[in-house]
Parts: sequence; structure tokens; C-alpha cells
Amino acid sequence: MQARLEDVTMRDARELATQDGPLVIRGMTVAYDRKPAVFSVDATFRPGRITGIIGPNGAGKSTLLRAALGIVKPLAGQATFFGTTLSRSRDRVAYVPQRASVDWDFPARVVDVVAQGLYRRLGLLGRFGRDHDDMVKAALERVGMEDFSARQIGQLSGGQQQRVFLARALAQDAMLYLLDEPFAGVDAATERAIIKVLKALRSEGRTVIAVHHDLSTVEEYFDDVLVMNVRKISDGPVGTAFTPEALDTAYGGRLEQGTRDPQKALA
Amino acid sequence: MLRDALTFQLGYNATLVTVAAVLLGIAAGVTGTFLFLRKRALVSDAIAHATLPGIGLAFIALTLSGLDGRHLPGLLAGSAITAMSGLFAVQWLSSRTRLSEDAAIGAVLSAYFSLGIVLLTVIQTMSTGQQAGLESFLLGSTAGMLLSDAILIALGGLLVVALVFLFRRPMSLVSFDPGFASTSGVRLDRIDLTMMGLVLGVTVVGLKVVGLILIVALLIIPPVTARLWTNRVELVVVLSGAFGGIAAWLGASLSASAPDLPTGPLIVLVSFCAFAVSMAFAPRRGLLSSFVRHRRFQTGVHLRQGLLALAQGQPIYEPLTIRLLKARGFARADGMPTREGTIRAARAFRDEKRWEVARATPELELAAALYDGLTQIEDVLTTDQIAEIDRRMGPPEAVQ
Repeated sequence: MQARLEDVTMRDARELATQDGPLVIRGMTVAYDRKPAVFSVDATFRPGRITGIIGPNGAGKSTLLRAALGIVKPLAGQATFFGTTLSRSRDRVAYVPQRASVDWDFPARVVDVVAQGLYRRLGLLGRFGRDHDDMVKAALERVGMEDFSARQIGQLSGGQQQRVFLARALAQDAMLYLLDEPFAGVDAATERAIIKVLKALRSEGRTVIAVHHDLSTVEEYFDDVLVMNVRKISDGPVGTAFTPEALDTAYGGRLEQGTRDPQKALA
Repeated sequence: MLRDALTFQLGYNATLVTVAAVLLGIAAGVTGTFLFLRKRALVSDAIAHATLPGIGLAFIALTLSGLDGRHLPGLLAGSAITAMSGLFAVQWLSSRTRLSEDAAIGAVLSAYFSLGIVLLTVIQTMSTGQQAGLESFLLGSTAGMLLSDAILIALGGLLVVALVFLFRRPMSLVSFDPGFASTSGVRLDRIDLTMMGLVLGVTVVGLKVVGLILIVALLIIPPVTARLWTNRVELVVVLSGAFGGIAAWLGASLSASAPDLPTGPLIVLVSFCAFAVSMAFAPRRGLLSSFVRHRRFQTGVHLRQGLLALAQGQPIYEPLTIRLLKARGFARADGMPTREGTIRAARAFRDEKRWEVARATPELELAAALYDGLTQIEDVLTTDQIAEIDRRMGPPEAVQ
């Protein structure tokens, strides 16, 4: 028994040594009051790709992301960022929370929120200089919000709020972008603007992982998927992992009966 | 009398009290801002009430060891210790049990306060040969304030302000978006503890001036007032400190010029007056401004709908709409459009039609999202874009 345990540890160590990808999740389990929201999920996200985390409501998609980022405390499991711990790779990781998770009546302008992305550069007392100003401007331009920089954030539409959140992450200039439902409740123009930015990030060699719920756009937006419902159901390139069988398992027959095509399943 | 007080010319004690109160007011205002933005304002009330048993215990300990039981630094140290345990009790109850934070605050606040009152009663019956006068910490008592007391309060206030300045970035980050703050490497537990530690500092320092029951007012009213005037967190902090300081200065001066009026409650009342005036008259967020904005919007909607109805020859029943159309000279007494009304109606109708086309045009989607039934399309699109829309609409239809 002892020997076997050591074998496992050795294998894990080898795995960690070879897989210094942007994000590797092992045995992630999160429970609220005994009911598991995420159960023993293993996932390796490939660099330079856009990966969608897909599954029904309450499938634990956001929780998986938040647990990997240490925002919720997992019951078991661990996440490795770039082959090391999150605290050692924070400069390379940017997180875009769900838009609805904050109070938009907070006293801040658009520029103030985007400047939050520079917190790690500025620290407690660092002076906000001209180059920081330029970084904020560049980030706003990338999401098409440069005309709104002095706007109070409470006066933005849902789509504009989402763009501001994305701009804040862009200001971080990270290598891994984790987005929680970036397309939820945004207008079609914003959705196109966001996916354009995500594809640009990919072409710059950065990695994007997004929690997503709209099955009809999965094939268009993502290179890889992780289909889950509390447990992992399938993962890999969209062509092999985003299958009718996987969706059937994930959605438990809640999709239209007899529909084998995810495109039609939504209709 | 009041002018003498306001200009610090009403004697040594009054001046000491006023200076100490102003620094306390500023410290409470800036600290309270983050408490308010973090939506944890009432935790300060639990902290404040939890100081009372500490005061009692410190008095007993000092007296038993043969010292003066009224030694202010000693009493404040005691109050800080129980206040901290009260804070941890609230945090433990709200994070580890199913109790929500407001319920935890209610339970902790009343339990600690009751314990404090029992201790104070016990102390009164103890034959120590001196008047304890500890109940003055309930509502503050500035009579007979010593220079050393004032210095202690002033230094405490300055230290709090300096620490708020140092931690302003992580504290506002945590207040707005704790999830993002945590992934940016901010330790949430440490920043929350810092925030609460500062509140605790203000509370303890303020016991002598405003007392434990009213300190919560100095932490909450100035930031809420400041928030009405500005949309930027840095300015909320500065304004809140200013409001706190000014209220303390006016309140302390009033109390010095009119004998037997209590300092703490007067400061709170002045603070509340500033809040009431701001609530009524602040631009954008004030009641008057909201009312005016709402009326203007309502008028706009009624006029627009009235003009569209005129354009299509539909009858108008809404009394307000009819009144507005007549007042603007767009309709006659019998409800028929005037010449001016016909022109305006046709213009409104064309604008509405253009919007319809714009909203159905994918390239114009962003602009079309601004449609609210009131904005003129000329304010949103360029002449070229409108010309393109007109081309798609075809020749203008005859308007009745």
C-alpha cells in the first residue's frame, strides 16, 4: 500500500514537471454544505487556445473557475498555473468576474475600474503616471470604449459594463485570461466585440478560458471545450469533445429529445 | 459666544475639545467611507457596543492594582480588547454558522452591551471611594478633558487617517470587487481586518468625545452625505473627512457656547443636517434633482406620444398629454393639431420611423441601443447614416 502511494506521488510529480501549461486542475472538488458543486474535476488547458467551459445552470462551471483561483476554498484538489502556484503567477493571470457579481452603483468612473487592472504594477503607493494612463487608454480602445472613459459606471449598459471588465483584464497584460460568463446578458455588438478581442489574444499566444452557456455559438467561438455537470463529462478539441452524447449526459435529457445535433438542440 | 467658540477663543478646555473633535471627525469620515462602500457599516455598531465591558474590566483591574481607575489610556486599552473580541465574534458567527451578518451583529451588540451595563452597576456598588463616572463613555463627556486626553485623541485620529491613505487602493478594490481583488493578490482577510481595525481605532479614540452609542453616526453619516455629491471614490473619502471634521467643529463649538448642551449629540445632529440638505439638493443623486429629472422625462414621453398620435390621426385621451400639447401650442382646444403641431408631429413620426430602420440594421446596432423613445436620431447618427436610412425607407409617406 505504501509503495503504491509513492508511485502515485511520483507520477503526479512527473506530470506536474512536464505540464507547466497555463492551467492544470487536479481532483478539484467544491462543496457547499456537503452537496458537491464540483466533484473531482481534472482538466488540462492548452496554451494559445480559447477553451469554453460548457454545462447547464448549476453545473459548477463558475465555481470551478473560482476554486482554481482560490476565491472559493475547495474541499480537495489543486490548480497549477504555469507549472507553479497561483500566488507565484499572479502577474500572468487575469480574471474577469461575472458582471452581476458587483454593485455598479460604486463611486467610480470607467477609467477608475480599468486602472484597477494596474494594481499589481502600482502597489500601495506607486504613482499613477503617464504610462499607466496610456495602458488604460489602450485597453479601453481595444474594447471600443474610449469615448466612455469619464462615464460613471452606473450609467453603462450591460454590454458596456462587460467591456469595461474586459478592458480591466487587458490592462493587466496577462498570459492567461479567465472569463466568467462574458457573454451573459450583453447585446450582439458587444458579443462580437468581445469574441474579436479574445481571438486577438489567442493570436498573440495568450490562453483564454471562458465559462459559457450558449450552445449555439460554441463551435464558432472555441477551439477546445470542457463539458461538465458537477463532474467532468468530456474535454478536448471542439470536434471530439463537443458531441451530442456529451451534451446528453451534461444536460440529462433536458435538451430536446431525439436531437443529436447541438446546433438544433438549442432551437 | 458662538463666534468665539468657532474661532477657538472660548477658553482652554473648549479649544482642546474642539481640536480633538475635529480630528476625530475627519478620521471617522475617511474610515467610514470604506466601511460604507464595503456594505458593512453596522459592524461598527457592534464594535462600539463591545467596548463597554472592556471599560468596566479595565477600571476594575486598574483599581484593584491600586491605580487611578479613570486613567484614560488604560480604559481605552481595555475597551479595544473587548471590542476586538466582539468583532471576531461577529466574523465567526457570520462566516462559520448559518447566521447572516446582521443577525450576528444584533446578537453580539446586545450581549456585550448588557455585560458592560452589568459591570458598570457592579462598579458603582464597589466601595472604592471614588466616583467612577464610567457612564460618560456611553454618550461622551468632554467636560474636564485633559491636554493628554486631547493629544491621545488627536494622535489616534492622525494615525487612522495615515493608514487609510496607505491602504486606500486595496480597500477600494476589495469594496468594489472582492473576487478580482483576491486574484490581484490582495489578501481579503487582511484588508478586511485592517478596515475593521481602523474602525475599532476610531471608535476607541472617539469614546471620550461622542461616546459608544453615537460613534456609529460619525462613521456612517459623513460618507453617505459625501456619496451624494460625487461619483469618485477618492473624492468621497476626502469629502467625507471634510464633512466629518466640519460637523465636529460646528457641533463642539455649539456645545461650548451653550452650557449644558452635550458635545457628541450636537456633532451628530449637525452631521445629520448636512446629510438632510445634501439628500434634498445634491446634483443628480438628490431628491430634488431626481424629481426634476423624472418630470422632464415624463413630459418628454407624453409630448412624443402625443405628437405620434397626432401624426397618425389617433385620438388622445391622456389628460396630461392633451394639456402639454395645448400648452406648447401643438394642439387646439378641440384636440386638433395646429399648424406648428402638424409640422412637429410629422418630424416626430419620421424620427420614429428612422429609429425603426436603424434598429433593424446590424451595422447600426450600437447606436440603436441608445433608443429610448426620446433621443432624436440626429443626436446619435451622422447625416450620412441618416441619409442611408432615408434611402432604405423609400419616399416619405403622406402624413395626415
